[in-house]
Amino acid sequence: MAIDVTPLSPEPTIAAAERHSMGVTLGRLVRRPESGALIGTLSVYIFFTIFGGGLFNSAAATASWLNVASELGIIALPVGLLMIAGELDLSVGSVLAASSITLAIVSGWWNMPIALGIALALLVGVVTGFLNGLIVTRTKVPSFVVTLATNFGLAGLTLGLARVITGSVSVSVHPDPTSKDIFGTLIDGQWEVAAFWWLAVILVIGWVLHVTRYGNWIFAVGGDRESAVLTGVPVSKVKIGLFMASGLGAALVGVIETVLYNGAQVANGQSFVFNSIIAVVIGGVLLTGGYGSVVGVVLGTLTFAIVNQGIYYTSWNSDWASLILGLLLLGAVLMNNTFRQLALSYGTRIKKIKKKET
Amino acid sequence: MTTPLLRLNSISKRFASTTVLTDISLEVDAGKVLCLLGDNGAGKSTLIKILSGVEAPSSGTIEINGDPISFKSPKDANGHGIFTVHQFGGTFPLMSVGRSFFVGAEPTAGFWPFKRMDTKHANEVAVRAIQELGITRVTNGSTLVGSLSGGERQALAIARAVHFGVKALILDEPTAALGVREAAHVLRIIMHARQTGVTVILVTHNVTHAMTVGDHFAVLIHGALAADFGKGERTREEITDLMAGGRAMAELEAELARYQDSTTAHTPPTTA
Repeated sequence: MAIDVTPLSPEPTIAAAERHSMGVTLGRLVRRPESGALIGTLSVYIFFTIFGGGLFNSAAATASWLNVASELGIIALPVGLLMIAGELDLSVGSVLAASSITLAIVSGWWNMPIALGIALALLVGVVTGFLNGLIVTRTKVPSFVVTLATNFGLAGLTLGLARVITGSVSVSVHPDPTSKDIFGTLIDGQWEVAAFWWLAVILVIGWVLHVTRYGNWIFAVGGDRESAVLTGVPVSKVKIGLFMASGLGAALVGVIETVLYNGAQVANGQSFVFNSIIAVVIGGVLLTGGYGSVVGVVLGTLTFAIVNQGIYYTSWNSDWASLILGLLLLGAVLMNNTFRQLALSYGTRIKKIKKKET
Repeated sequence: MTTPLLRLNSISKRFASTTVLTDISLEVDAGKVLCLLGDNGAGKSTLIKILSGVEAPSSGTIEINGDPISFKSPKDANGHGIFTVHQFGGTFPLMSVGRSFFVGAEPTAGFWPFKRMDTKHANEVAVRAIQELGITRVTNGSTLVGSLSGGERQALAIARAVHFGVKALILDEPTAALGVREAAHVLRIIMHARQTGVTVILVTHNVTHAMTVGDHFAVLIHGALAADFGKGERTREEITDLMAGGRAMAELEAELARYQDSTTAHTPPTTA
């Protein structure tokens, strides 16, 4: 085989690519991970606007789905980050309950300062996340199994300790006005202050994932673990950090609910386990990791919340909401696969455009 | 005589009670291509892992330009100018070209807590680096790696190594999954790297590819260095025999010949 050793590089054509960028902006938009999610959110919103009998666009209805979205979103965002890194967290339900009960016992039952209760409640989430991360990275047992075990273990621990200490499965607490304002007010009687917490979480996590180098490591770890190790990314540290973040998110919602409802119940929170995964997947995050966006997860959360609450504004029985969610989930995954394939053909598409021009 | 860029002094590797590599001594000069040949299980991948800092040798030393060194991690090996590119390029299919190029060494701008990854710079550098290796189809750093072909991914990984100051480039079966045209391009990139003074260690099954670009050949059999020779010292047949374990291949051929003889003797007469 003859190999000629001529110089490899003709003139770089970066400038040429810049010229094309205007023409392919729409194409680029369609190929982003959140495109499918955007279509989903708009579709369900329009759907319930039509079938919601005029009430769906009222302030009360908007508040009802925004409240659901806010609490779910605070958990779904860090869970989404973890899924982009290729791991699952099924323990968020029990973390929420444990954090909630911790706050109620410390500040309600033992009458200690509310700030201490909140700090300990959040600590419960961070510590659980740390243990999840440590076990997953050290033992290589799939996170599905590890966090499922944590979810059951922590639920049992919470129930057992609550009964031993208080003799009951629900504990009440009376937060002072300041903590009420920060964590659990209903603004104008219907808007949960949690929406602001969600907004803060969106900004922080969006920054971390899409702007910092740490975000690049998250994509790398989920995209190809072995290659990430070879390039020197501290894979275990990244994963443990993300498990801690999802624990913190769940614990924060535990605090918000406890302050809002002036009490805690050991059975709270389990619905968040699957709802957070549904929101993340509808939002275009690849279940096996390496692909996704914060905007997508936010849209997925909104879609979930709109369906979850929108059904009450139609004339149908609310029993059908789960059916819609199930179909939506399947449809969203199929649509997201299509959009991902489009994204992967992006490079070749540019080539075609270029050929036409020359 | 000058000091070789890379020298292995009687490297051995044992895992528990099994010995995978025995007493491997090799040297490669700067700007030369060493082809590492051998059958599956001959110990090539273990040797690569030792060279790339994934595993430490049980005994023996590695020298770069005459200085003995030991690698704590793959990143540490990179710091010494040794980069390994695996068969599928070791890149991230769903990341952009610019982002994957800089994984683990992201360029940043701004100050904490608003320190950000300089994606624009990353994209420009990555596109320029890959275009210098003749991949002109990639013009946009935000293109996903998954939209590149196998050869282009190899080129991306090699461009990355070149950008981060490669002295010795280890290529693990770079052409195995490629078509003829793409394989030729990768070989051309190897020749180009060699011309710029980079040492290349090429691990391959393909004798044609090895003979095209190799200056020096080393054959591993059962974890030991079976042969170590320069360009033109052995014929293609001799190299193929060595790779297949020599004697075993000759026996197989003899067996096939006997089988053919016995079957042709009984071939039924063809009709029509």
